Amino acid sequence: MANTAAHDATHDAHDHRPQGLKRWLYATNHKDIGTMYLVFACVMFFLGGAMALLIRLELFQPGMQFLDPAFYNSMTTMHALLMIFGAVMPAWTGLANWMVPLQVGAPDMALPRLNNFSFWLLPFAFTLLLLTLFVPGGAPAGGWTLYPPLSLQAGDSFPLTIFAIHLLGISSILGAINVIVTIMNMRAPGMGLLNMSLFCWTWLITAYLLILVMPVLAGAVTMLLTDYFFDTAFFTAAGGGDPVMFQHIFWFFGHPEVYILILPAFGVVSEIIPTFSRKPLFGYESMVYATASIAFLSFIVWAHHMFTVGMPLAGQLFFMLSTMLIAVPTGVKVFNWCATMWKGSISFETPMLFAIAFLFLFTLGGLSGLMLAIVPADFQYHDTYFVVAHFHYVLVPGSVFAIMAAVYYWLPKWSGRMYDEKIGKLHFWMSAIGVNVLFFPQHFLGLAGMPRRIPDYATQFADWNMVSSVGAVIFGFSQLLFVYVIWKAVRSGETAPQRPWEGAHGLEWELPTPAPYHSWDTPPPREVITKGAMH
Amino acid sequence: MTFHNRKTFCSLIALTLAALAPLTAQAEWGNLNMRVGVTPLSREIYDLHMTIFWWCVGIGVVVFGWMIWSLVAFRKSKGAKPDTTMIHSTKAEIIWTVIPVVILVLMAIPAARTLIAIEDTRNTEISIKATGHQWKWQYEYLGEDVRFYSTLARSSDEARQLQSGVDPKSVPEYLLDVDNPLVVPEDTKVRMLLTAQDVIHAWWVPDFGLKKDAIPGNINELWFKVDKGKTGIYRGQCAELCGRDHGFMPVVVKVVTKAEYAAWLAAQKAPAQSADAAEPAVDTAMPATAASPAADPAPAG
Repeated sequence: MANTAAHDATHDAHDHRPQGLKRWLYATNHKDIGTMYLVFACVMFFLGGAMALLIRLELFQPGMQFLDPAFYNSMTTMHALLMIFGAVMPAWTGLANWMVPLQVGAPDMALPRLNNFSFWLLPFAFTLLLLTLFVPGGAPAGGWTLYPPLSLQAGDSFPLTIFAIHLLGISSILGAINVIVTIMNMRAPGMGLLNMSLFCWTWLITAYLLILVMPVLAGAVTMLLTDYFFDTAFFTAAGGGDPVMFQHIFWFFGHPEVYILILPAFGVVSEIIPTFSRKPLFGYESMVYATASIAFLSFIVWAHHMFTVGMPLAGQLFFMLSTMLIAVPTGVKVFNWCATMWKGSISFETPMLFAIAFLFLFTLGGLSGLMLAIVPADFQYHDTYFVVAHFHYVLVPGSVFAIMAAVYYWLPKWSGRMYDEKIGKLHFWMSAIGVNVLFFPQHFLGLAGMPRRIPDYATQFADWNMVSSVGAVIFGFSQLLFVYVIWKAVRSGETAPQRPWEGAHGLEWELPTPAPYHSWDTPPPREVITKGAMH
Repeated sequence: MTFHNRKTFCSLIALTLAALAPLTAQAEWGNLNMRVGVTPLSREIYDLHMTIFWWCVGIGVVVFGWMIWSLVAFRKSKGAKPDTTMIHSTKAEIIWTVIPVVILVLMAIPAARTLIAIEDTRNTEISIKATGHQWKWQYEYLGEDVRFYSTLARSSDEARQLQSGVDPKSVPEYLLDVDNPLVVPEDTKVRMLLTAQDVIHAWWVPDFGLKKDAIPGNINELWFKVDKGKTGIYRGQCAELCGRDHGFMPVVVKVVTKAEYAAWLAAQKAPAQSADAAEPAVDTAMPATAASPAADPAPAG
């Protein structure tokens, strides 16, 4: 600790930061920008969650009690757009902003002003998107997949939605460029790519996916825009276009997109499980290769989202087999995590609890994904609640739990204070129970024949819908605990030591706590790097 | 809280059960799995689904078992010491790459076989074109000059209005009933040709095992052959988001014997001459509507 204090003192001289609003508006510091990303993601998480609660409210009982069907469709559409583009993606970019420079021994992100720009695009993009709730015709209601011709029936929300998506795409691409440039050029001398943390690795691969697919989405929505306003007929059958072409283009973006949401989660879990097992990650290199293989495969499986559009037999077989192949590298990752815990010395602090829940429930979502890959069975599963259950299992106890695990794990380093372990554990158990009560019955609903995206249902589906809605309330409201536990930690938490977790390795733990405003002004010496990279 | 004697405890359980009884009596908690259905394909798909499901259960038992074992056996609180040398094993990694590949191949073989059977649309006996509209289906018996619309039954339509005050449970076949169901004969290979007028819809009857999109400008096909003796009414729904009333365009198919089908088809053609005499040959849970479906001139759009 004495060492820490001395370190702080030397920093005080140039540790002056801009004060007030300017600190945030003109922010170029990766920690400030990371914090803004995370706070923004949290706000969007609650907005999107409120929409989900409205959906579950209407579905609590059969019959239409609260929402107009058109507004209900807007809620499903906006919930998806907010959660994907507003909550999960910005949360990952925020974590990358905070952790990549700390973990590679760089003083900041490579392109700080670009970093500022890519964050500040987000509030404007979401202002536009949320404004659609108040324009004639209502918010977009054709699903987040924006399939034409339905999406072309939108009212005044249409141009706002498209422009918002363009802004989000630009923001993501700029953020991704920043991560790649930082990792490629600013690693501390002596840190090879294969000395990097798994979080940096998975983010590097994610960043390449973003750069490759966000322009594809931009192209797809631009074609929608010209179909809507300028009488082109890319997707209009009457003009010689093809609605199915949109789906191919969209899912060529969309499938890599779902890995953009989950790959950084693999990185986080690969940091947390070794820490709390007090044992290095098993099979570090195979983890890197498995991540790269998953990223590659994500480009050749897109049509498994559209098995029912009427593809040739050869196409269906190809996409079935390529999709099944994803199970192999994903399996390698799960087995490696298991092997990391094997013969470890495991303790169960909140970050580890979330990581373990991730391990169980992401695997469950993976197994239902394998079932969905089987084309003939998918003819039954497609567009039912079975699919809804599947992707929520990989997104909520998958990505979202990993984000929460990451916040609990690194909060002491960010804030210098410990969170309340009791409330953290309560938050974990409420979330873990809630999420299963919420989504597990949806498997039953889907198999029994309930289509997705319907505001009302036949009475035979009433019981499990009620259970699911109860789960939604439990899960949704327990997230208030998350905000409370963070607020309490930052306000009045116990002072955290430099290395709050006994088994933690990595450069970020070599810095004092809280991480100084400017860190790694001089790159870490080689022996610190080798000590940090313990694999 | 402790129970002082056994009797209190037992009566408490009895009370709870009594309270739950009316709930479970009418409940559908047992709707947990895919329906076996009534066609050769639906049975094959169900069997495939169950095969893959049991494979997944098996994988789950092994993987979750491993996780739980690790979490129990290697707790720090029980004094577990980490083996920090265990960081890599090429042998283990080859094993857990090869075994999944073998399992996947075992899954893919029956899946491909079923898929090839599904795509075999040769020798169909009846072809029916289904056109999706916002928000109803139009059926056209090709070569028979019979066509009609199939719309959500009025009882369901009234009950599903916002705050209608009608209890959905009091409505027969709530949201799964139409005015004019599709009528097909049993034991006959029926080919559905699917397209749409406005936006994409999807035609799905779970008991027939398949769904397929109905896309403007495209014609998709699927086929089914209902087992002999499985006459009755089979219900499904539109399965692709198609706008405001996507939840309110059911697919209802009445399967009849071949003789009944011939009679029904003849009756559908007859009203072309005497529209007023025509009675819809079928109705499901609804009283007959005034107009005969065949007499209803199909509006263009």
